[in-house]
Amino acid sequence: MQLTGAQALVKSLETQGVEVMFGLPGGCILPVYDPIIESPIRHILVRHEQGAGHMAEGYAHVTGRPGVAIVTSGPGATNIVTPLCDAYMDSIPIVVITGQVPTGAIGTDAFQEADTTGITMGVTKHNWLVTDAADIPRVIAEAFHVATTGRPGPVLVDVPKDVSLQTMEWYWPDSLDLPGYRPPSHPDAKAIADAAELITAARRPVIYAGGGILKSHASAALRELAEMTGIPVVTTLMARGAFPDSHPLCLGMPGMHGNYTAVTAMQQADLLIALGSRFDDRVTGKVSAFAPHAKVIHVDIDKAEIGKVRRPEIGIVADCRLATEALVSALTPRAAAGELEPARLADWIAQLRHWQERFPLAYDDAVETDATGSSAGGHPPLLKPQFVLETLRDNTPAGTILASGVGQHQMWASQYWHFERPNTWVNSGGLGTMGFAVPAAIGAKVGRPDAMVWAVDGDGCFQMTAQELVTASAERIPVKIAILNNAYLGMVRQWQHMFYEERYSEVYLSPDLPDYVGWAESMGCVGLRVEHPEEVLPAIDKANQIDDRPVVVDFRTDSMEQVFPMVPAGASNDDIVVHPSQRDRLAAS
Amino acid sequence: MSDPRHHLLSVLVENKAGVLTRVASLFARRGYNIFSLAVAPTDDPRLSRISIVVDVESSPLEQVIAQLDKLINVVEITELHPDEAREAELLLVTVSAGADARAQVIQLAGVFGGQIVDVGRDALTVMLAGAPEGLDDFEDLMGSYGIVELQRTGRVALPKLRADSGAASAALTAESA
Repeated sequence: MQLTGAQALVKSLETQGVEVMFGLPGGCILPVYDPIIESPIRHILVRHEQGAGHMAEGYAHVTGRPGVAIVTSGPGATNIVTPLCDAYMDSIPIVVITGQVPTGAIGTDAFQEADTTGITMGVTKHNWLVTDAADIPRVIAEAFHVATTGRPGPVLVDVPKDVSLQTMEWYWPDSLDLPGYRPPSHPDAKAIADAAELITAARRPVIYAGGGILKSHASAALRELAEMTGIPVVTTLMARGAFPDSHPLCLGMPGMHGNYTAVTAMQQADLLIALGSRFDDRVTGKVSAFAPHAKVIHVDIDKAEIGKVRRPEIGIVADCRLATEALVSALTPRAAAGELEPARLADWIAQLRHWQERFPLAYDDAVETDATGSSAGGHPPLLKPQFVLETLRDNTPAGTILASGVGQHQMWASQYWHFERPNTWVNSGGLGTMGFAVPAAIGAKVGRPDAMVWAVDGDGCFQMTAQELVTASAERIPVKIAILNNAYLGMVRQWQHMFYEERYSEVYLSPDLPDYVGWAESMGCVGLRVEHPEEVLPAIDKANQIDDRPVVVDFRTDSMEQVFPMVPAGASNDDIVVHPSQRDRLAAS
Repeated sequence: MSDPRHHLLSVLVENKAGVLTRVASLFARRGYNIFSLAVAPTDDPRLSRISIVVDVESSPLEQVIAQLDKLINVVEITELHPDEAREAELLLVTVSAGADARAQVIQLAGVFGGQIVDVGRDALTVMLAGAPEGLDDFEDLMGSYGIVELQRTGRVALPKLRADSGAASAALTAESA
């Protein structure tokens, strides 16, 4: 069967089982858009290529399947560099197809030419420039294989226009020729046995669960390991939902804005069992002062993560699920022999409970203020962002997917939400990409139309990618956006408050410029505004009932609110700053 | 190898467009220093061998190797220890040498096993191949005459053959035949 390169590309995507792609056409990708008309693959027309990339990521986050984006050459390609980098940092499998100028024009500074494979080399797991249409099925098969196996990540396939127009004889490769690509799978038996020994001997152990748990579908194995050993679990920002927050052994999020117990448990631990986590600087704080008494068992599918930041006593290069299951198997006889009785950890668990009681997450209740901001009364109380999140959390169905942007609202969302299921939290962890929430939520809703999808966004973030709500309205993708509108670039403001003597430089945004409700309505969404605590629940109830279009709720929140606890950048996790109301307790303990 | 921070990696890669860029850009973005680098296709046209001397002051060698191994086109990485490898390098040097110094330079080149590949009125060009340390010594000596231009290839290496290995006996057999 003779096909054009463009037809072969679309047929290859169909053969890979792609059901949806996010994109925006342009000159060099035009030939590929023609067969898209007949293809069963749903195409979602975005308003900016960055949106396409984040939608593909959101889709991949919640489905575990690779997200696909397709854009043109030059600016189309450069606009999607941020999502590629975001997906690279967070190990999200996405496949990005870019158009390229015809092969004869490459290197001539042709119109809309960019060195796309060169630019994206450092932010993709691998990329390909296709120079012959006959290579297309092979390259697409390789691209999906590389994106989804081993440590997942983004890949890019650059297709020059003349290659799309060439004809080729259709085939589908029955094997792949990637001699340098051999992702690890099973753990080393000796290392597992040694790890079981350390786990049995530990008296202050902590399981440090990272995003690898979700990528390898290891949640059930993790729960088995935790319950069999009685070892408490911290879930990193990338692993929220990998272990249920309601579980008695769940300590929640560690790190710069982690809760006191999770942070301090790691500091005081005698053993860290790192499963698919990478000792990110936001988790460790000052590395030399991190978990100073702990031995480390580090499981990761990426060998380069073992010892990159912290040298482990036992490094296990393997699929996280297979390694966790192997640990369970190795520990089963020890459990049967009574070596894992809960009593061995009784002091440790008691210590953790003590910290949980003394240092829960805390924020000041809203107080009535007058026009000068003093609490003498008169004006209605300011809306606390944490209160908004608690109300949203308690009034959305189980299994609701939560997406978030980057900043204070992201930390509050991770802190105050109760994550009970895997793949229900969609956020930008490693790169910290403002503007991630709206397009990622749209991609998540496309992947999981059965689930309710809320995005928690900041006013700064929202302004970066809000135009994708036009996409959502046009495509009938009913996402719900809660803007925690504090009129500031809040996290930057918080740092200027704490570390720059309250010298606020270029962080004020205004609460009503733009008019978020008017803007939402102009984009085909329902827009709601909430200024007072008593309006929060009715607005959420109303938003939950709307299922035929997106909803944007502009929550006018307290500008002064700060995220606590906080470990200042570069400081030891021992120097955690708790909420002001708890500081005397910290001194006493 | 003289500098203890220097480690020689012999990296077998797929012979495809852009592979050298991937290796070089990985080193740049992870902050690893390349001291020297030599690359050419192997006897198998699908593969090339890159010999990289890495300066590992900034990051541990195992981290460099693990990151390099993640490149899809990298097929195999071998660290070659100096006492387990045959290393060679080629040097071309143009030395300023008038009539009075010419004979001395030619004589020194002869001592080191070099060849005179070009002769001008006031200068001559010597080619010398061999173990890198010998090249270092020769370069030092030539310095006293005045080096006009100098180019070294960077070191290439293969593992030493053990007398009892199959490959070694095969090579010896071929030689005696």
